[in-house]
Amino acid sequence: MPQAAVSTKRGLGTTERRDLWWVEPLAVALGLLGFIIYATWAAFQGNHYYFGPYISPFYSPEVFGDSQHSWFGPVPAWWPAFLPFSPALLILWAPGGFRVTCYYYRGSYYKALWADPPACAVGESRGGYRGERSFPLIIQNIHRYFLYLAVLFLFFLAYDVWKALWFTDAAGAVHFGIGVGTIVLAVNVFLLGSYALGCHSMRHLIGGRHDELKNAILGRNCYNCVSALNRNHMRWAWCSLFWVAFSDVYVRLCSMGVWTDWRII
Amino acid sequence: MTSATFSIWRGAAGEGKFFKYTTEISEGMVVLDAVHKIQAEQANDMAVRWNCKAGKCGSCSAEINGIPRLMCMTRLNQLPLERPVTIEPMRSFPSIRDLVTDVSWNFRVKKQIKKFKPRPPDVADGSWRMQQEDVDRVQEFRKCIECFLCQDVCHVLREHHKHEEFIGPRFFVYVAALEMHPLDTENRVEELAKAKGIGYCNITKCCTKVCPESITITDNAIIPLKERVVDEFYDPIKRLFRAIRGQ
Repeated sequence: MPQAAVSTKRGLGTTERRDLWWVEPLAVALGLLGFIIYATWAAFQGNHYYFGPYISPFYSPEVFGDSQHSWFGPVPAWWPAFLPFSPALLILWAPGGFRVTCYYYRGSYYKALWADPPACAVGESRGGYRGERSFPLIIQNIHRYFLYLAVLFLFFLAYDVWKALWFTDAAGAVHFGIGVGTIVLAVNVFLLGSYALGCHSMRHLIGGRHDELKNAILGRNCYNCVSALNRNHMRWAWCSLFWVAFSDVYVRLCSMGVWTDWRII
Repeated sequence: MTSATFSIWRGAAGEGKFFKYTTEISEGMVVLDAVHKIQAEQANDMAVRWNCKAGKCGSCSAEINGIPRLMCMTRLNQLPLERPVTIEPMRSFPSIRDLVTDVSWNFRVKKQIKKFKPRPPDVADGSWRMQQEDVDRVQEFRKCIECFLCQDVCHVLREHHKHEEFIGPRFFVYVAALEMHPLDTENRVEELAKAKGIGYCNITKCCTKVCPESITITDNAIIPLKERVVDEFYDPIKRLFRAIRGQ
């Protein structure tokens, strides 16, 4: 009976798993870091965020800014000169906070970025562990408040799609139309809506908090719809993350003249 | 007949090492078959816990190639056999001997959870009325076979050994089955937040991935319970409304 000297000591990355367990956390880390880097870069640009009737979702709602979409006109005089200004910096904390505190992303970045654990049944390096019981991670419990903001943002983005249906011609007349950009922004709202409305907090608030679904605020059918979206929450999370960045890329490149926005109607 | 090599952890009370055994395998065999064959032909004293061999008793939990699985439900043709197949006992529980672990901690935890407390009967004959959908929601949790693979894979128990402060996914499922039951009147939310340590769960969903009964542990049990804890302890507006109502 030959013996195999297999070590059983634990440490970061130690496991008997034979599959490519590191691929998923690596892909998640690359995806999240790629998005964070791009979104941060795009948010600090402060230009090329609108084109015709389109506005990048990173910059909407534009509270202060130079475009026709701005609510209250250009950057206010009281804005401190030493602070960089970009319309995106005023609003991105809200959708960003929604994603950071999202139950799906939490589980993903705890694994991919903090290696806590690196993957299922794979060893960790940390000795101490406090989880989400104490500061700072106890703040994750604020997720439902970011959900309220995310739902509000859906209305703003849907209004942007409405505005993206109206094009001004050279004579200054406004005509109904549909461009590729209109579809890009509409798909963005659809994906963000499917992600936000299928959120675990939404599922709880819409009816999950009741033991009897007849007490659900909008009825059991609504709870079932949210649950159906929730079953694919991860998919919606990634699709919406990719598409919101692509929407910004689309508007930016059209604004820079690199891409041409084709009019369908 | 072809042969395969198995690297099986053998030892007692946490001390032990892997031993290699090569045995003949045939079509349709599961890991438990191979272990039994090795036990019969090469290692008569090897300890292995098993019972139904049908994935319903939850006895033969182990770690196969590093992944917590039931030995009786893991077919050999699903495993790469060019390298030895490693079989270890569950790491979250004390080793008794070879592949057998002491899972009695789980039974002690279960006894500490508040029992089902139904509301008074709805009708004079002593029966209740419930909607099928409400029953369906908790029925999923009753599929649990208590194999404790979810407890084994949970890093809070496996890596951080929080057995005194954290009850683990199996018992969050158990609490969810009681807490979401349409007839139950007991409130377990405060003990979930404090004594049962639900805040330690960081939603890695490993428990859901290893569940042989495909219970959606994280999404359908743990997160809804976490949200109920938020209602009670971390939602300032709800707390304000409760204070106004004098609750």
